[in-house]
Amino acid sequence: MDFTRRETLALGGAAALTFVLPFRANAATTEELVNEFTGGADIADAGVELTAPEIAENGNTVPITVSAPGASAIMVLATGNPTPPVATFNFGPLAASHEASTRIRLAGTQDVVAIAQLEDGSFARSAKTVKVTIGGCGG
Amino acid sequence: MASGVKPRVKVPSSASAGEAVTIKTLISHPMESGQRKDGDGNTIPRSIINRFTCDYNGKNIIDVTMEPAISTNPYFEFMATVPEAGEFQFTWYDDDGSVYEEAKAVSV
Repeated sequence: MDFTRRETLALGGAAALTFVLPFRANAATTEELVNEFTGGADIADAGVELTAPEIAENGNTVPITVSAPGASAIMVLATGNPTPPVATFNFGPLAASHEASTRIRLAGTQDVVAIAQLEDGSFARSAKTVKVTIGGCGG
Repeated sequence: MASGVKPRVKVPSSASAGEAVTIKTLISHPMESGQRKDGDGNTIPRSIINRFTCDYNGKNIIDVTMEPAISTNPYFEFMATVPEAGEFQFTWYDDDGSVYEEAKAVSV
């Protein structure tokens, strides 16, 4: 079977697309979730703090802390997980400091993103890369 | 479905009025993510706790929406203001409709 130059190019292009698209789709869901949360509003860089270990030996339990003074809600996303959403913390009138800790699963080395809705309705974003030695999503 | 679910909560038994106290909660639950497969290659269906709330005398402190990325035995630590004597109510909502409750009284 002979390939003309045109066919080879087309095949290469198709192959590249199949490899690139799944990644793009995943990234899009993260963006979509962010947009859904913020309603498309601008996101500032300061105002929310995300504490996570630089290296997590076990992806099954990665301790994280989110803190955003005056925030009404904080959403946490793991961009590299099969399902990016992790948790959304909504703070009520009796919350003393707008800070919460929990343990999350990470499938592999990736960015963890926290987005906070601040008192004045604006949004803040913070991201941190966590290196995961053993992934935590079964498989 | 999830058997042996046991909530554990750590709250100071007394506080001064207006004091901020740290609350730690842990509930034993497998938090099956729906991503894992059993020995035969069949996907194990998702079974997680999807919501956790904590109230004090009916006023909300924190309301967490949980996704499968929360670890087994979900743990939360947060701060709450204690305005007067009363009771903390902790509620966990399971995917299968079960509701797990725990209450802790605080004196001022």
